[in-house]
Amino acid sequence: MSGVHGHVLHYHGHSPVHRLPAAVKLVVMFVFVMAVVLTPREVWWAFLVHLALIVSVIRLAGLPWRFVLRRALVIVPFLVAALMLPLVGPEPDVVVGPLSLSVEGLWGLWNVVAKAGLGVMTSIVLAGTTEVADIFHGMDRLHVPPVFTAIAGFMMRYLDTIGGEVSRTRTAMELRGQRSRWWGNTVAIASIGGPLFVRAYERGERVHNAMVARGFEGTMPVLVETPITRRHVMVAAVPTLVAVMTTTFAWLTSLW
Amino acid sequence: MHVPDGFFNGGASIGAGLVAAGGVGAALKETGRQLADKRIPLAGITAALIFALQMLNFPVLPGVSGHLMGGALAAILLGPWLAVLVTTVVVVVQAVIFADGGISALGINVINMAILTAFIGWMVFRTAMKVLPKTTGSVIVATMLAGILSVIASALGFVLEYAIGGTFEVPMGTLLAGMAGVHSLIGIGEGLISAAIVGSVIAIRPDLVHGTADYETTRTLTAPSKTSIGVFVAGGVAVALALVLFVAPIANPNPDGLQSVAADAGFEETATDHPIRGPLAGYQVSGIKSERWGTVIAGIVGFAVISGIGVLISRGRSGQSP
Repeated sequence: MSGVHGHVLHYHGHSPVHRLPAAVKLVVMFVFVMAVVLTPREVWWAFLVHLALIVSVIRLAGLPWRFVLRRALVIVPFLVAALMLPLVGPEPDVVVGPLSLSVEGLWGLWNVVAKAGLGVMTSIVLAGTTEVADIFHGMDRLHVPPVFTAIAGFMMRYLDTIGGEVSRTRTAMELRGQRSRWWGNTVAIASIGGPLFVRAYERGERVHNAMVARGFEGTMPVLVETPITRRHVMVAAVPTLVAVMTTTFAWLTSLW
Repeated sequence: MHVPDGFFNGGASIGAGLVAAGGVGAALKETGRQLADKRIPLAGITAALIFALQMLNFPVLPGVSGHLMGGALAAILLGPWLAVLVTTVVVVVQAVIFADGGISALGINVINMAILTAFIGWMVFRTAMKVLPKTTGSVIVATMLAGILSVIASALGFVLEYAIGGTFEVPMGTLLAGMAGVHSLIGIGEGLISAAIVGSVIAIRPDLVHGTADYETTRTLTAPSKTSIGVFVAGGVAVALALVLFVAPIANPNPDGLQSVAADAGFEETATDHPIRGPLAGYQVSGIKSERWGTVIAGIVGFAVISGIGVLISRGRSGQSP
């Protein structure tokens, strides 16, 4: 793996979504997810609008569905947990085939599936169309404190190194007959953690000294700055406004 | 523990976001002067380590697995304020770039996995080190305690937040028992992993452990081995299990505080005549059909953890190498 550039989470492309500055995408993502979460669960059509929005952005970005769905698997454990809700929710129940399902539980399930699903797709679009370094630079532009992005930058820099080391150690352990049981696994994780940390730190110390010697003052210099133009803002405003208006209308209809 | 979007209502999400922003803001203020310092790369590497270790799940019960949270570990290595920043970076990057944990649930996740774990872990560690002799063995015992209690605090934080702003009504007694029980087990894993990491860091580079920066720790003669820690925990669990066989039947009929709160709130009856109904089966004692049994098992686990802690402290105090 080659550090931050060309990360596995990134899907290379040249779509309008890829070209949008990261700062703009971060704002759109945040507003969109908040609009989704604030949508009352009873107003089903509003979720269709949100879904149509995110699907069209995915199409526009040219992200393959396999890529999106494979990455969306992170929420599966939570969805499996939410599947319990209709079985154990309070009365009244509806009878569906052999099952007696709680109405309140079904609404709870729908709420989690719809909102977690839309939320996870939004993050995937951001990470899929934006280089990691650009995301941090976008955060800088949005006045996220520089200490925060500096730590995040170092973290991403070392993640591949440490992650690679961890997985190599695990492969080696499994080849030597280590099985993933509770005790064995915990001890194994624990025993590789310490030396790994010290090794990575001493390496990081040297890299940091080298960076300071070359004039590093806490923030990475930006070589190519994409200016945020009026066009960018207008492109980004379309889905944002649609989502916000949808949520507003959804609220109004649920109040009536 | 990475809560996705849709588990908490809008008000709770925004409120938690404000609280989390306040906490992170305070942490930024405390650490702001250290930007050009070497502690920033140290913080970044700690973040990367926690991130990498969080990807490795360790099974705690059949069907339930846990992973490291790392707040206590970061606090002991870096101090609580920088630890809050480090774990917040991990949580934010996981949500924004890896889609693990919801964007709207960032506030909740930062409070539970960064602020609570770092501060509870730090306080437990410092308190334990005040009581224990200043040896590397004690550092390991104190780290273990900090790891366990930080995870339980995080789970309790989740339950409290869910009681305030969860999107789905669950009986709080069951949720509490399930979360506390399972997270006691996850906490043991957290404690072991943190203790082993801090143990080897303090052996190689004691200057990198912020939690002991203000005093010298004397090396114990024999290096603390992982198996001896394991023997103590196993011993503690065994003692507690024996205890609970006698104590649990007596203690169980009395409802605890939260159950009586639940009764006042009017959803107690839904709690007694149904199986466990928490939305977090992933964190729960799955396959347990009645709340009574869930509580007993959670009780056993709780007793086991507390006894284990007692055994560890007593061994640490007698000055032996743990």
